[in-house]
Amino acid sequence: MSGFLSIRNLTVHLRGGGPILRAVTMDVAPGQVHGLVGESGAGKSMIGKAVLGTLPRALEITGGEIWLDGVDLLALAPAARRKQIGATAALIPQDPLTALNPGKRIGPQITRRLVDILGWRKSDAEARARDLLDEVHIPDPVRVMRSYPHELSGGMRQRILIASAFAAEPRLIIADEPTTALDVTVQKQILRLISDMQTRHGTALLFVTHDLGVVSKVCDTLSVLYAGKVVENARMRRFFMRPIHPYSAALLAATPIYTDPDRGLTPVPQTVIDAVEREVEHHDVRAGA
Amino acid sequence: MRDARGDVRRPIGLRLWLSGGWLALLTVAALCAPWLAPKDPLMQDLFLGRMPPFWMEGAEPGYLLGTDSLGRDVLSRILYGARLALIVALVAGTLTCVIGATLGLMAGYYRGWTDRVISRFVDIWMAFPPVLFAILLIAVLGPGLVSIIIAIVIIDWTRFARVIRAEAMSQGAMDYVASAQVAGRTRFGTMLTEILPNVLPTIIALLTLEMGIAVIVEAILSFVNLSISTDSPTWGGMIAEGRTSVHQAWWVLVFPLITLFLTVLSFSQLGEGLKDRFDPVLR
Ligand SMILES: Nc1ncnc2c1ncn2[C@@H]1O[C@H](COP(=O)(O)OP(=O)(O)O)[C@@H](O)[C@H]1O
Ligand SMILES: [Mg+2]
Repeated sequence: MSGFLSIRNLTVHLRGGGPILRAVTMDVAPGQVHGLVGESGAGKSMIGKAVLGTLPRALEITGGEIWLDGVDLLALAPAARRKQIGATAALIPQDPLTALNPGKRIGPQITRRLVDILGWRKSDAEARARDLLDEVHIPDPVRVMRSYPHELSGGMRQRILIASAFAAEPRLIIADEPTTALDVTVQKQILRLISDMQTRHGTALLFVTHDLGVVSKVCDTLSVLYAGKVVENARMRRFFMRPIHPYSAALLAATPIYTDPDRGLTPVPQTVIDAVEREVEHHDVRAGA
Repeated sequence: MRDARGDVRRPIGLRLWLSGGWLALLTVAALCAPWLAPKDPLMQDLFLGRMPPFWMEGAEPGYLLGTDSLGRDVLSRILYGARLALIVALVAGTLTCVIGATLGLMAGYYRGWTDRVISRFVDIWMAFPPVLFAILLIAVLGPGLVSIIIAIVIIDWTRFARVIRAEAMSQGAMDYVASAQVAGRTRFGTMLTEILPNVLPTIIALLTLEMGIAVIVEAILSFVNLSISTDSPTWGGMIAEGRTSVHQAWWVLVFPLITLFLTVLSFSQLGEGLKDRFDPVLR
């Protein structure tokens, strides 16, 4: 396995229904940022949830492997799997409004991982939480730790969630569209912050987004997902210079790239969509689904 | 960022004070009835029948709220009646709450087959006319405190189950629950530490409402003489007796009626007030 996170032929079905993920294969190298792009509904979030063991009850993993730090998660018993995930991975969620428990103060929500999983003393965990809040540029961390989530703005909450994700020094962080729910004005700051934190802590980052423009700024490698199937795995430079798959090329043409603001935009042509649909169907037939 | 404290410490409203105050008063009355009551609530004195309350002409000293047709002291009977009313409220309310909320929480949080089994059970249960069910039960078990309590639990646990199921479900779908699990919590642990505290305000509101309902049900059952033996004073029993002589002695009917009304109102207002004040999810 070449990745810190290696997903091999991961297949997820709706229980008693059709496929949601079709033989997904991708690698996230240690300390690198891997982008996962695809339009809404392609299955990006479900990949993240499959890795973290939080798939909705309606879905089930029907095949493949998920290697995290050299261990195949799907071969582990549930308790051991939870432990392995908790010790190595963390999540920066999409919606900061629902990602913090409304009934609990901020402090314990950050220190929970440290105390529960790593067995830290409470006072040490609190000191660590204060440092982290400082690191994500939150003014007056002591007061914020005593606040309830509804007393803070969306941008503030997302900073807290970022701090919280980095708290236990996980070696993989999955960020699921971490800026989509925020005001445009704070999106850039948050993106910058995640990128900075990632560099400083050397964490591997799986960055989920539907925005190729964002990927081009922060990622080293990427996977393009269409209807639950990875149509292309690539390094950033090569991808932007020479996308291999027609859908990737079309997606690129439909995206405003920050280096070339004047370039005209073309929506993904219907012919390309038809072709990739056929390809995905064909794959299902081959896989005997 | 707004100031932290201003939002959370809302002032205790008038309605919390009034309802809480009345219920506290009633609790004291129930606990200390033997010392507070001026007379023996069962003592009859046919020469003192239908004496009016103290401010009216012809009132008998020592009988503040007058006497009924058998010459028993109305105030003392109301005080003793509070005992039964509160016992039923407490026991029936708590049992209903524990059974209904536990099942609702499990159904809403675990979903899947747990939910299917519990929800189906609730649906079937609710298809029976509940009052008929209760009367049937009392007919079988015979009237008495235990029968009343069982009847109330049987009729009302489904309300808790349905409301709490819906709330647990909406809380369970939120990302913070997933985060707790990624952080290594078990599903059961997450339910207790993350979900339960957030549905607790609703549970408490429903519980107090249920206590009010229990008081009414007990009153109705004693009104139709299905409650415990008619000797020990109950508000419902007093209302039933008072009704027959309302033209000669209105006070026998009106005082227990007012007490009952205020008590039920207080329970429901207390529930609403507490929910407003403590629900972090509402804000
Ligand atoms: N709880 C669920 N039950 C059934 N289907 C679901 C559920 N959650 C997601 N899906 C399906 O999974 C597919 C992928 O969803 P998702 O991973 O959220 O897409 P996105 O790429 O936008 O993150 C969608 O087609 C969606 O309909
Ligand atoms: Mg998504």
